Amino acid sequence: MGAIGDFIHSIPVDLLIIQTINGIVTGMILALVASGLTLIFGIMDVVNFAHGELFMLGAYMGVIAFATTGNFWLALVLAALIIGIFGAALQILTLRPLIGRDPLNTILATFGISLVLQNYALWQFGPVARKISEPISAEFTLFYLQYPWYRIVIALLSGAIIGSLWLFLKYNKFGVWIRATTQDRVMAQAMGIPVPWVYTGVFALGAAMAAASGVLFAPFGGVDSSMGLQWVLEAFIVVVVGGMGNLGGSVVAAIFISLLEAYAAVWLNPSQAVIASFVVLILTLLFRPTGLFAAPK
Amino acid sequence: MSEQANSAEPLVRVEGVHTYYGKSHILHGVSLTVGAGEVVGLLGRNGVGKSTTLKSIIGLVRPTQGAVSLNGQAITGLPPHKLARLGIAYVPEDRRIFRLLTVMENLRTGLDRNGVTEETRKALLDKVFAYFPVLAERRTQAGGTLSGGEQQMLAIARAMMLEPKIILLDEPTEGLMPRMVSQIGHIIEALHKEGISILLVEQNVPLTLRASQRIYIMEKGNVRHHCAASALDVNDAVIKQYLGV
Amino acid sequence: MTSTPLDKTAPLGKTRLSHTAAFWLAFWAVMAALIVAPLVLPEFWSGFLTEVLIWGLLAMSSDLLIGYTGIVSFGHSAFFGLGMYGAAAALLLVKPANLWLAILFGLGGAAVAALCVAYFSTRLRDIYFAITTLIFSQIFYVIIFTWTAVTGGENGLIFHQPHFTIPFLVNVPFNSHSMHWFVLAVVAGSYLILRCVTQSPFGMVLQSIRENEARTRAIGYPVERYKIVSVMLSGLFAGLAGVLYAVQKEFAAPDFVYFLTSGEAVIYNLIGGVGTLVGPIVGAGFFQLARQLLSQWFGDQFPYLIPLGILFIVMIIFLPQGLLGFARRWLNR
Repeated sequence: MGAIGDFIHSIPVDLLIIQTINGIVTGMILALVASGLTLIFGIMDVVNFAHGELFMLGAYMGVIAFATTGNFWLALVLAALIIGIFGAALQILTLRPLIGRDPLNTILATFGISLVLQNYALWQFGPVARKISEPISAEFTLFYLQYPWYRIVIALLSGAIIGSLWLFLKYNKFGVWIRATTQDRVMAQAMGIPVPWVYTGVFALGAAMAAASGVLFAPFGGVDSSMGLQWVLEAFIVVVVGGMGNLGGSVVAAIFISLLEAYAAVWLNPSQAVIASFVVLILTLLFRPTGLFAAPK
Repeated sequence: MSEQANSAEPLVRVEGVHTYYGKSHILHGVSLTVGAGEVVGLLGRNGVGKSTTLKSIIGLVRPTQGAVSLNGQAITGLPPHKLARLGIAYVPEDRRIFRLLTVMENLRTGLDRNGVTEETRKALLDKVFAYFPVLAERRTQAGGTLSGGEQQMLAIARAMMLEPKIILLDEPTEGLMPRMVSQIGHIIEALHKEGISILLVEQNVPLTLRASQRIYIMEKGNVRHHCAASALDVNDAVIKQYLGV
Repeated sequence: MTSTPLDKTAPLGKTRLSHTAAFWLAFWAVMAALIVAPLVLPEFWSGFLTEVLIWGLLAMSSDLLIGYTGIVSFGHSAFFGLGMYGAAAALLLVKPANLWLAILFGLGGAAVAALCVAYFSTRLRDIYFAITTLIFSQIFYVIIFTWTAVTGGENGLIFHQPHFTIPFLVNVPFNSHSMHWFVLAVVAGSYLILRCVTQSPFGMVLQSIRENEARTRAIGYPVERYKIVSVMLSGLFAGLAGVLYAVQKEFAAPDFVYFLTSGEAVIYNLIGGVGTLVGPIVGAGFFQLARQLLSQWFGDQFPYLIPLGILFIVMIIFLPQGLLGFARRWLNR
């Protein structure tokens, strides 16, 4: 069959390999964003529409911290800390009063928060995109490209952060508190666990992770007030496909979806490549609504 | 109460408590006391409000009227996690251990409090494993894999991790085999010997009469009868009146 | 003892009568004000009012789902957008431009989207459904945005306003007054239809689904079918709003298909009062008015969504019943 042969010959293998690496890198950042989202949902039953804005504000904090300190890694830590504290304040002011009410209220509240934060960023920082220079400018040769080492570092660092989170949840005292609260909020309280503060802590943790992702992404993606919107949509898809509340599932789903989009970008233009993620979501919802990679429990 | 040997304030005092579930008026002015180191039994048919009384003490439901105090201090309306830290432990009906956590992690939820020294930790764990050797065997197993009796033991052990002044025990023998039922009786006795107060809600009348010093009997959201356990016998008319079928 | 039952019926009859009378009185009073408005107000505010009515219709369609059936949907941008582009298609493809054809095409487009969303509404619960409808709007956005050849892409489509025609009787071009009256007639008619629906036995079942879906199903109602009809109705009215917008403004743009439009519809809904039908229109008016005033006082660049967004959040926490709900409690209706 000549047509198939032609098609196979036309597949640009080197481009595919490059896209595989790109897909994994983007996937790891997406995984970091989605982990915070799935954590917040799994533990607090809150659909955090504002998560993309926390990512975006984290990136802006990173820009400011970098301009002040000149050190990328310090800026990363500072941005995560500041947005983590901000997230805690946000949760205490707007979400705590809504505990126990219809979940529709929290969806709308976080949506309102995302509108406010997005417009605030536009107003405060202006429409011109900012940039942070890469902390590691070394590159290696990949086929015909000079591929930046920094991107590999991002992927590894994201993985390290997610891994630390998993270890924290499994072994640390607060991790046990969090897991107990997720399973039985009432009995967790009866055991002396201060559940309202567990919720605040989880939200702060999710916010800090989103902020860290934003800073990590900034050097190669730029920083502007609308970056949150694009990422939050993808993050939600990842969370649903991976299984809500399933940390491992969202990592796998993030990489899977990013790879698909990266491959699609070979043949389609980038704004259309995003349809790949939509297709995966629809298929998941039709056939395995609890999540493609959800562990059977 | 003239039955009290000392006239000091009892450990827990419940006074005139009214509690609602939504629109249902469950407790109609319940009053009772539990002294330090005492085992008090709370008897009554299903649905009279015994569990709700316990929940009102541990703050899982909020009384609309009345007061609950611990050592003379008002605690009505305080959140459950504060009450747990003040020394009130709750062992609910159907146990409610954390099924996905291991036995050890279940114990940790009570053990990982502030201010617990390394020695106290070891001492508490040793004590609990002495009481319940089977838990020591299963310490890395998930709570959900334990049998009914083992889960009940874990629930009590978990409560003991709080070093409580009083344990609120809700129907600990429900659904257990006779051998386990008598073991529960021994455990209550051992806890009593350690000086821990117990408010025991039960359907098993003989066990309750043996284990308790005083008995309250509830009906329709109110306390109807109150006397020393020694003054009651299983076949008494009072028992038949409030607990008979 | 025997006289009490007799005493009871008389006052009940009186209250029911006076309630209906009060409603129609209020309705026609408001209608009168809205009919007279374009004659009295300056051009800008008259057009503003027309737009508020259109957004109100969109928010009202959202209320049918959120307020009455208890389904959170962010899909209204898709319905609105398809109504808009459907009308655009009719007005561009068929000459002479026909108003009723535009409405037909627009409703048809919205119906297609509504069918897809309705399908998912029966298979997914709450949050998964909400996210799916969001993604849905985005899918349509991406398609419309990138399929430049057909949809005009980023720039959208421009076309001419059709005449108001009744076959064999009337053929007049719209001016801003008659456009306003046309929109008013459509929106008022939609409101009355929706009011009829929500007060009918069908509407009662919807509210029962909102209160307790499991129990409604246990009683024996085919909940899935009710949900599908509810979504279809909601989608059709949202699409109608899109058609009206296209006809009034003479353009169609992808911006409106972005999921934020759905979000705004939900905001109007909540501010005005969910489950009231009239509330969303009030909410739309309040929101647009506030936005207009803020930009007049503080300049065009003022980020009006910051104070309005904060107000929205505060209302969710303290006044979840919305402005109308608050007024209702205050008047002790």
